[in-house]
Amino acid sequence: MRYLPKSPDDREAMLKAIGARSVDDLFASIPAEYRLRRDLKIPRQMAESEIVDFFRQRSRENGDGYTSFLGAGAYFHYRPVIIDSLISRGEFLTAYTPYQAEISQGTLQSIFEFQTMICELTGMEVANASMYDGSTAAAEAVMMAVRLTGRRSVMVARTLHPEYREVLATYATHQGMPLSIANYAQDGRLNLQELEKSITPETACVLVQSPNFFGIVEDIDAIAQIAHQNGAMLVVSIAEAVSLGIVEPPRQADVIAMEAQSFGVPLGFGGPYCGVIATREKNVRQMPGRLVGQTTDKQGNRGFVLTLATREQHIRREKATSNICTNQALVALMVNIFMTIYGRVGLKELAKQNLAKTAYAATQFARHGKVLFGGAPRFNEFVVETSEDPYAINSRLLGHKMIGGLPLKKFYPELGNSSLWCCTELTTRSAIDTAVGLVAESERSVRSAKEEVEEVTR
Amino acid sequence: MKPKIRKATRHVNQNEGLIFEKSSPGKAAWKLPPLDVPQVDTAKLLGKAERKDLGNMPEVSEIEIIRHFTRLSTWNYAIDLGMYPLGSCTMKYNPRVNEAVARVEGIANGHPYQPEKISQGALQIMKTLSECLIEITGMDAITLQPAAGAHGEMTGLLMVRAYHQSKGNPRKKVLIPDSAHGTNPATAAMVNYAVENLKSDARGMVDLASLKQQMNEDVAALMLTNPNTLGVFEQQIHEIADILHAKGGLLYMDGANMNALVGKVRPGDFGVDVMHLNLHKTFSTPHGGGGPGSGPVAVKKGLEPFLPAPVVVAKPDGTLGFEYNRPHSVGRVRSFYGNFGMFVRALAYIQANGPDGLRETTEDAVLNANYIRKGLEGTYDLPYSTPSMHEVVFSDKLQARKGVRTMDIAKRLIDYGFHPYTTAFPLIVPGALMIEPTESESKEEMDLFIEAMKSIAEEVEEDPQTVLDAPHSTRVSRLDETAAARKPVLRWKPAN
Repeated sequence: MRYLPKSPDDREAMLKAIGARSVDDLFASIPAEYRLRRDLKIPRQMAESEIVDFFRQRSRENGDGYTSFLGAGAYFHYRPVIIDSLISRGEFLTAYTPYQAEISQGTLQSIFEFQTMICELTGMEVANASMYDGSTAAAEAVMMAVRLTGRRSVMVARTLHPEYREVLATYATHQGMPLSIANYAQDGRLNLQELEKSITPETACVLVQSPNFFGIVEDIDAIAQIAHQNGAMLVVSIAEAVSLGIVEPPRQADVIAMEAQSFGVPLGFGGPYCGVIATREKNVRQMPGRLVGQTTDKQGNRGFVLTLATREQHIRREKATSNICTNQALVALMVNIFMTIYGRVGLKELAKQNLAKTAYAATQFARHGKVLFGGAPRFNEFVVETSEDPYAINSRLLGHKMIGGLPLKKFYPELGNSSLWCCTELTTRSAIDTAVGLVAESERSVRSAKEEVEEVTR
Repeated sequence: MKPKIRKATRHVNQNEGLIFEKSSPGKAAWKLPPLDVPQVDTAKLLGKAERKDLGNMPEVSEIEIIRHFTRLSTWNYAIDLGMYPLGSCTMKYNPRVNEAVARVEGIANGHPYQPEKISQGALQIMKTLSECLIEITGMDAITLQPAAGAHGEMTGLLMVRAYHQSKGNPRKKVLIPDSAHGTNPATAAMVNYAVENLKSDARGMVDLASLKQQMNEDVAALMLTNPNTLGVFEQQIHEIADILHAKGGLLYMDGANMNALVGKVRPGDFGVDVMHLNLHKTFSTPHGGGGPGSGPVAVKKGLEPFLPAPVVVAKPDGTLGFEYNRPHSVGRVRSFYGNFGMFVRALAYIQANGPDGLRETTEDAVLNANYIRKGLEGTYDLPYSTPSMHEVVFSDKLQARKGVRTMDIAKRLIDYGFHPYTTAFPLIVPGALMIEPTESESKEEMDLFIEAMKSIAEEVEEDPQTVLDAPHSTRVSRLDETAAARKPVLRWKPAN
């Protein structure tokens, strides 16, 4: 086996040194009746060229070469090539969690920079080293608010990513955290009247996403005011990190739970991504996950260490803030490099391009179909309502090597034939025009079919 | 004495500040293409939601970024540099073909919501990996959704709870041996089970008498790591399973140490009902400085209805798809389908090995641990003489007489060019040195390691201060962790 660095002679010599006759002697502590006496029924050992071929084949069966208008929590942005050059360095790729600070300063300093930039972008005072993803970060942020307030119930905006809501429901089931859902209003934003009516003195926090699942920027000021007046915390989930370049961050939030995939992380069919939690300094001891802090060594040199570990499972066991151990360090490094590349000016320009493409697309779609929730500001997603079932339209788009918007019926039955479209800086005008053209065609044919029917019945 | 440091030599490495200290206005590492749609008035579109300022985000050029991160990288130890014997972490070689295939266009850029019709490649990868892992573990069904080991534990215990609930009583507690990883009790708490400690016997194994005594209808499951954290195979595993099953309890296996078993024995054959795997340990996906991981959970038939949704199924027309309609499911534990990129890498690893390679890998992992045990026995105290599998646990008892503890020996090992072993774990061994070489080490590398450990033991006798002050050759040494925790500085701020 080509990954194993031993010759038969080496093995022989080692067995002799140990005093064993054969390698099977070393497995003698396993009761004989359970030992496997046959080969595992898995594919035979393959050459590297065969493995590469296998995955190229799978790639061809996996949407390779399609133009996509999908967003909904997973965004297709350009990834500068130096991200992969740098994260491929073995010293980052093949290192463990930086518990031994003396020989982990590279990872530790980069996480410290990551924490700093997440703070700058979110307007928070502290950020952790990463969580699994945006959905689990949101669930853990809510549990944090429950610990901090000593209250148990949670108000969740219906415009939070539906899969985030599902994950939260799973986490909440056995924590004794009743969830209630607040619906959206006419403009696609959280219904403030409903929030005011249903918030109670037992509400630990209000959880909203902004930009929300429909791509609309929530009125964070107003929501924060209602939450805080009722002694509840505001937890804001951010699924599209690029929005932070041009959309004011939710500075009034108590906890922010982010998905940073947009910052240089490949779509990768849904993962690995990069969750992160940011909050106020005073809340840090209830924060889950790893934290890197600055300190000095015995010579007075600046250095970095994992810190506040007394919150964590390896010290506190069942009393820890969370069971999280492994996080998403290498993905956080991608995010870190991406943020460094675009920086103070680039992130803004990048976000502006997203805004401009989306504004153009929404205007074009509105000429032929109905774009919902026009009254509130949006970032890079919008909801289009068509006369025809969006699945039917999408299957025609596939013929043009295009993936249309996400049909919303599954998550929001009341939205019928609506779908969620996304444009990023990578969406070209000509792709938008082609997609709009196909949707327009569908609208025309439905209209003329309807007219025909009307003609006949008349 | 002159220490025998043969593996490493001091070498100049570059200093580097924080990226913010290099920033100045006007530098840039980015360039966007010209906008092909009309410019927009952001103030008009966003109103009061418009962001004006991005604070202290850096402005630097591309070469500075390359040098910055390259310099930082040289301050890390890594598997690519040498042996990384962290017990219970399985720091094995991370094959580069895994990285190459994960970056093939259609795999790297597949959107989780793209139609199933054009997702057959990804679905096939998930299905093939699932089948391999089911065969390797001897279980009946699997979910790939959990994002890491601890997340897998949570998913597994949620299924345990759902199983008992379906029988009318979710039960109250989970038994956890005193040698267990901290994630086990932390997970039990998240699923609202009380934790009850289970004693180990004199051989470092589950104490059957205590188990019998503590087992009753309130116990939902026993969470057992096998081989356990002493690297010892629980020889009475089937009696353990029988005691649990007789009272309706389930056996949960923490698969952190699966590297000792693959191809030699299958948990499904020795009575395990539910278990998680760590693809970033046993199946070679890179640790990446602390993630991403992936923690699939495999179960026996009786627990299958409770798997998180969706699951991959073959549809009547022969294509693959996701099934969401799972009425008994514990729900979703992560968005989308889990850490798909890790599935790709783990499958590439399994393909590179095949059945013969996986077995040989396990044999070499166990051979290596036993070779180190033999080499260091006598020099370091071996608290349990029970046969070792893939890792061996010594204690610092002999060195402690000179005031040198496991952490000091670990720090001195850095000067010898090695990453330290796991210190002070498992908790049942005071002053533990937990060593897991994995199959990736050659005889030469291990001989150097044994020599280094012996040399340190001699230093402890002749010049303990050298060990107590170690490391001596690193950029920074013995950072002040107390100060870091007392007055946390968790981000950079500009000087006023």
